[in-house]
Amino acid sequence: MAEHVTSRKVYFLVFAALLILTGLTVAAAEVDLGAFNDVVALTIAVTKAMLVLLFFMHVRYSTRMTALTAAAGFLWLAILIGLTLADYASRGQIFPVPGK
Amino acid sequence: MASEPLMEPHGHAAHHRDLAHQFDSLDQQKESSTLGTWLFLVTEIMFFGGLFTAYVIYRRLYPQAFALASHTLNVPMGAINTAILIGSSLTMVLAIWAAQVSWRKGIVLFLGLTILLGSAFLGIKSVEYREKFETHHVPGPTFHFVPESEHVKVTDPQLERHASIFFSLYFIMTGLHALHMIIGIGILVVLAVLSWKGKYGPEYHNPLEMTGLYWHFVDIVWIFLFPLLYLLGAHAR
Repeated sequence: MAEHVTSRKVYFLVFAALLILTGLTVAAAEVDLGAFNDVVALTIAVTKAMLVLLFFMHVRYSTRMTALTAAAGFLWLAILIGLTLADYASRGQIFPVPGK
Repeated sequence: MASEPLMEPHGHAAHHRDLAHQFDSLDQQKESSTLGTWLFLVTEIMFFGGLFTAYVIYRRLYPQAFALASHTLNVPMGAINTAILIGSSLTMVLAIWAAQVSWRKGIVLFLGLTILLGSAFLGIKSVEYREKFETHHVPGPTFHFVPESEHVKVTDPQLERHASIFFSLYFIMTGLHALHMIIGIGILVVLAVLSWKGKYGPEYHNPLEMTGLYWHFVDIVWIFLFPLLYLLGAHAR
C-alpha cells in the first residue's frame, strides 16, 4: 500500500500545538484589543483548523482531488458569508431602504 | 488477519478480502471512500456555514446584546471541553496508526479512549445546559436576561430580545454539534467491536479513516464555536 504512515511524534506535536493555541486564544481574549480581538481569535481558530485538516485529516498526504474538494467547501463557505455580509454592509448606501 | 490477503475465486477473478468488486485496487477503493467522505463533509461545511452566517449577521446588528450574553457563558468549561475534544482527535488518529502497525488491541484501546473523551465533552456540555436552564437563559416563555454587572450602560433598547437571539444561536449551534458527536460516538462503538474482531489492519482500515475525517471535522466546528460563542464577549460594554 502506498498509504502514508504519519509518525506518532507528528501527532503529539500537533496535539501540543493545538493545546497551546487554545490557551493562547483564551489569554488573548482577556486583553482588550477592541476590534482586533475578533481578528486574533479568528486567526488562531483558522490556524488550529489548518493543523487538524493537514495532519489529523491527512489532507497533506492526500491526492490533489481530495485537497481540491476540501478547499472548494471552504471557498463556498467564504462566498456564503462574504456575499451575505456585503449585502448587509452596503444596504441603503446606494438606494435608501424603504421605511427607514 | 488482514495481513494475509484472502484470494478466493467466487464466480469471477479472485481478489483481496477487503476489496469490493467494483474497484481495481485497495488504493483506488480508499481514494474513492476519501473523496466521497469529503463531499459529505463539504455539505456539512455548508450546513454549519448557514448558522455561522446567521451568527455573523446578528452579532453585527446587535453587538452589545451578543457581547453581554456571550459574557455569561462559562469560559473555563468551554476551554476544558476544547482540550478534551482535541485530545479525542489525537486518540482517533492513534487508532488509525494502531491499525497501520497491526496492533489490534491498540485500535480498540484508542477508539475506547476517543469514545470516553467524546462522552466527557457531552457530560460537561450537559452541565452547562443545566446552568442555562437554571438562569432562565433558554429562549422561550421563561427567558430572562439582564447584564451581569450594573456598571454596563445599556444602549440596546431591546437588549433582552436580542440576547435571546444569541442564546437561540448558542443552543442550535452547540446542540447540532453535540448531535454530531452523539452520532460519532455511536459509529465509534460499532468500529471498536469490529476492530476487536480483527476486521482492520495495515492494508484495510477505511472505516476508521473515514470516521476519523468526520470526527476531526466535528472538532473543527468546535474550534470555531468556542471563540465565537464564549470568548468574544470578554469586553462587554
